[in-house]
Amino acid sequence: MTLTASNLESHGDDHFVDAEEDERSGKVDVEGRSPLRLAWARFRKDKLSMAALVVTTLFALMAISSPILKRLGVIDPYTPHQDLLDYATGNYPKGFGGGMSWSHPLGVEPGLGRDVLSRLMYGATLSLTIALSAALITVAIGTILGIIAGFTGGIVDSAVGRLIDLTLSFPATLMLLALSGVVVDRMTDLGVPAGATVNGLYIVIVLSAFGWPPIARLIRGQVLSIREREFVDAAILMGASRRRIYFKEILPNLWAPLLVYFTLLMPAYVSAEAALSYLGVGIKNPTPTLGNVLGGALEYAYTDFFFFFVPAAVIAAIVISFNLLGDGARDALDPKAGR
Amino acid sequence: MLGYIVRRLMSAFLVVVLTSMFVFLLFFKGPSNPAEPLCNLNGKCTPEKLAILTEQLGYNDSVVHQYGIYVGGFFHDRTISFGPKYHCDAPCLGISFRTRNEVTSELVEKFPATLSIAVGGASIYLTLGVLLGTLAARRRGTLLDRSLVTFSVTVSAVPYYVIALMVWIYVSLQWKLIEDTSYHPITSDPLHWATGLALPWAVIGLTSSTAYARYSRGQMIETLGEDYVRTAVAKGVSERGVVIRHALRAAIVPIITIFGLDFAFLLTGTIFTEVIFQIDGVGKWAIQALRSPVDFPVVSATVLFGAVIIVLANLIVDLLYAVIDPRVRLA
Repeated sequence: MTLTASNLESHGDDHFVDAEEDERSGKVDVEGRSPLRLAWARFRKDKLSMAALVVTTLFALMAISSPILKRLGVIDPYTPHQDLLDYATGNYPKGFGGGMSWSHPLGVEPGLGRDVLSRLMYGATLSLTIALSAALITVAIGTILGIIAGFTGGIVDSAVGRLIDLTLSFPATLMLLALSGVVVDRMTDLGVPAGATVNGLYIVIVLSAFGWPPIARLIRGQVLSIREREFVDAAILMGASRRRIYFKEILPNLWAPLLVYFTLLMPAYVSAEAALSYLGVGIKNPTPTLGNVLGGALEYAYTDFFFFFVPAAVIAAIVISFNLLGDGARDALDPKAGR
Repeated sequence: MLGYIVRRLMSAFLVVVLTSMFVFLLFFKGPSNPAEPLCNLNGKCTPEKLAILTEQLGYNDSVVHQYGIYVGGFFHDRTISFGPKYHCDAPCLGISFRTRNEVTSELVEKFPATLSIAVGGASIYLTLGVLLGTLAARRRGTLLDRSLVTFSVTVSAVPYYVIALMVWIYVSLQWKLIEDTSYHPITSDPLHWATGLALPWAVIGLTSSTAYARYSRGQMIETLGEDYVRTAVAKGVSERGVVIRHALRAAIVPIITIFGLDFAFLLTGTIFTEVIFQIDGVGKWAIQALRSPVDFPVVSATVLFGAVIIVLANLIVDLLYAVIDPRVRLA
């Protein structure tokens, strides 16, 4: 069990895995290593990727904990604090750095005086939930269509191909905006609660509806080569059902590109939410998302720089850390890709 | 080759037809009450007025019938009536609910601004990106290379509109370096055209160039490792000759593909740029049409126009491939 296929394949590249060095120096590693463990070993050696992993984990923990903290009353994104604003300057917060204090570590909003840290934390929860759901649905649609197209071939394949062409031919940003009125209306008619729920759901739906083609193409390409492998023939000969072949035989071979793609979709969708929010689509004030907190801060970019800078920096930090995590995952899972 | 072009043209045409059907269906069947925005425009919307408008706009007919009329308008003049009668010359995309002008002529009027922004911005980011990427690939691992990668990661993480807005606030409003950011036709005043659009160009050019730099760096590193490059070096071609004539020629092919599609997306409306710098182009026009009450003819025209541009760009890129990449053989 020493020479697994992945071990053989990775012999081409020089010094990544310590198992190989052990083998060269005569020590035979008796314990087999799964590709996942090999990848993890590579990943752990990259300091930048590990840092990205830590930062993304922190953001995830923050996103999970802030609804609980909100319920406990620790963070409060809605209550205005008029007393902290200076009426004379046009309702800008009193004091240094946009009204920073122990009870409001990042200050309060000009105008309304809501706590900035609370709004950002709770906003990050909503933004990350939207990005996560949209990324999961995108990957799911892309994977299912990609596997079916690649495995079935023929008319199904070309139908999916045309569907991809069609979806990609729409000007995406414009469509996301143009659809908003129509789809939100229809969903409200169907009984989806108006306000934040329907607007958030809309973002998730349209981002996934226009986001799946690239991943479907990628997966289709991979499936084309996987379906020629012997284990798939064996499964067909044994009379395995279509569903078994798709999900038990083919899908487990695809998790590496899927994981990488998913990690890179998250930051893309966080920025997309922010961008759409600027154009007035998506969850609106008073419910905070990273996008509308930043959107609301833009008009103060000059007068209350700190208030503007913080949400912009938080979005940038989330996007950078997820991107680095995705790059790191790709390098670790596919050592041949190189940098 | 000819067979390929014909097949490619046919599939492009098919996609355009399907897109137009989808867009039409979307705005015909999509809104629960499509005549309402128009009804709200002129005074109070009474049920009778709504019923008349719904009938006049054809929302009581079948979709297929109305789609036929809509497509017919591309080829011959139409008369459209909601309230008064409007004459709409072919190719007719409808009459704007808000301005009561022909959508086609408004599109023709708005497009030059978007085209100017797109051409200027795209030429900056393509040149700058490929140049920086090539430099970074040649000096791989040096300070230049690493700072380029870091810079590009950072810039691509900040939402585009934040950067554009900051530039507008500081350069234009605060420091008053270029106060006037607006569109003036190049035919009337080329200098004013260039100064008015300089900021949008710079913002689009600089923000997008980082992605191109990263991409062309990757491509160049790959091609510089190819055997034929080593052959060229071995036979004594100068470094400049190797990089430009041998490596870049091959590395630029995939870059052109991406560039074609990016450029097409710019042409469909540089929405954020136009909104922030207050330039009257297709993007701003679309956004305004989407404000309630929604101007359906304009919205569907911009979406359809965008789709046609994207399909065309895909087509051109595919055909260009055959010309610029000697390795591609079309069966």
